Amino acid sequence: MSSVSSAAQSFRSSAHGSWDPERIRPDFPMLKRTVRGHPLVYLDNAATALKPQAVIDAVVEYYTHFSANVARGVHTTSQEATERYESVRVRAAGYLNVDSSEIVFTAGTTASLNLVASSFGSDALRPGDEILVSELEHHSNLVPWQLSAERTGALVRAIPMLDSGDLDLEWLERELSSRTKIVAVCHASNVLGTVVPIDRVSEMAHRVGAKVVVDGAQAAPHFSVDVRALDCDFYALSAHKLFGPTGLGVLFGKRALLERMSPWQGGGGMISSVEIARSSYAASPARFEAGTPAVAEVFGLGGALEYLATWDRLAATDHESALADAAIAGLESIPGVKVFGESASRVGVVAFALDGVHAHDVGTALDAGGVAVRAGHHCAQPLMRRLGVVATARASFAPYNTLRDVEALVAGVERARTLFGR
Amino acid sequence: MSELDELYQTLILEHNRSPRNFRSLASATGHAEGRNPLCGDSFEVWVTIDNDLVADVAFQGQGCAISKASASMMTTAIKGKTVAEARALFERFHEVVTGRAPAGEGQRKEARRTLGCLSAFAGVSAFPIRVKCATLAWHALMKAVEEGRGKQENDVVR
Repeated sequence: MSSVSSAAQSFRSSAHGSWDPERIRPDFPMLKRTVRGHPLVYLDNAATALKPQAVIDAVVEYYTHFSANVARGVHTTSQEATERYESVRVRAAGYLNVDSSEIVFTAGTTASLNLVASSFGSDALRPGDEILVSELEHHSNLVPWQLSAERTGALVRAIPMLDSGDLDLEWLERELSSRTKIVAVCHASNVLGTVVPIDRVSEMAHRVGAKVVVDGAQAAPHFSVDVRALDCDFYALSAHKLFGPTGLGVLFGKRALLERMSPWQGGGGMISSVEIARSSYAASPARFEAGTPAVAEVFGLGGALEYLATWDRLAATDHESALADAAIAGLESIPGVKVFGESASRVGVVAFALDGVHAHDVGTALDAGGVAVRAGHHCAQPLMRRLGVVATARASFAPYNTLRDVEALVAGVERARTLFGR
Repeated sequence: MSELDELYQTLILEHNRSPRNFRSLASATGHAEGRNPLCGDSFEVWVTIDNDLVADVAFQGQGCAISKASASMMTTAIKGKTVAEARALFERFHEVVTGRAPAGEGQRKEARRTLGCLSAFAGVSAFPIRVKCATLAWHALMKAVEEGRGKQENDVVR
């Protein structure tokens, strides 16, 4: 068994059936299109996932039959829209194994993390307090904490990454202290695919009374997440990476924390009573949903979660890991290719570089053959510095990807090597 | 020729491998940095303007094949030209890489003649996301020229 599939055992069981991507490919209209005369080979799933027809239909259904504002009207369509909107909150809560009162709809993972950093951060942080942020983080789970630290006088420190791509949990255990108020980590790295053992981080952080804020954007699309079992305090994810619509995020917060937190944005829908000089606020989650929410997108997320329930997630996760294995083997067989990260626990995200060739040139060479990958710093500049590179190419897999896609990727990188004479 | 071969012409690949004027310039009258926050690429450009002529120009930094070759070929193309000629060359170059070439056949011929080997970058127009790569060093050059001009004016005032 390869390192990738054996590794993933920590968040998967091995008792499940096989997975046939051909069965679900017809569900995704984008997979029918061509790019520069080639069938689209979509390997940029970590940037955004393709949408099944069920999601597109759910969005259209809202605009066609339920186009009304939510939580405001006494008329029938508003009530119907509100019921459906709230039913998606219940479904999302069930998906993460938490209570629906703990689910806040936001504009995305970035908005969710900014909400926590602004509201909880400002409430909880005092000068000299510490925020521990991992070296693996996407800018969205780093910059909001820097802003929060500037406002409160707290300090941001980095939890180092080991050469394997795993977090240095021994460092974390050693450095956690009564000064530590927040530990902000990703569940899965958007560059290396490393899966961070959140349950262990929570256990360590809670011993010193620190709260754990998790960026789950790259984990939720790859395997089912039991937030209650992880015992983290906040968990953020984006609908669009979970095969749903853009512009919508889901934030979980432990009820006891959400209830005490100050509002983030003020406006309609988040108040209890308003006077000219002051207001009192609604209970959470409404307190954190100022303004008309992304109703159509919430309908779409409902469609995505309903659709995902038809998948054997364990088999799908295994399939992705097998594709990542094949991609790593294929890429490493090309002279001059380096694959980054060798964590024993990783999802189907593969970052690589071709010696002497810039990631953008690799990306363009692949694009010319219809293969879509990400090329750049992946909004993780501190991690790029740690890896000693300016940019990398990245292939990321979803359950609709096939071994043919992997072959197209490897052939494309081989072509790039020939073109640039390396 | 495929779109890819059109983009990465032999001349471009050659300049990427062995960039010309790839050094700093101690005597420069102007200096500026060009950054592409999208990919982290960055180049520094130095220019020496003497009597309104580009007497010397050099660059350093890192970036993709398109941005590096473009910077290299820019330095060879503008050395010895007047500032106005360099500016006009950038305008032609910009039209070609964005695919907004002049309409008439005569004008197109004229543009190709003005651009010389810089027409090798015409393939960029099929990959719009790469326009920024092709123009990164040019934008830095324009800033460096402005900076040099500002300095000179200050000297005159003093």
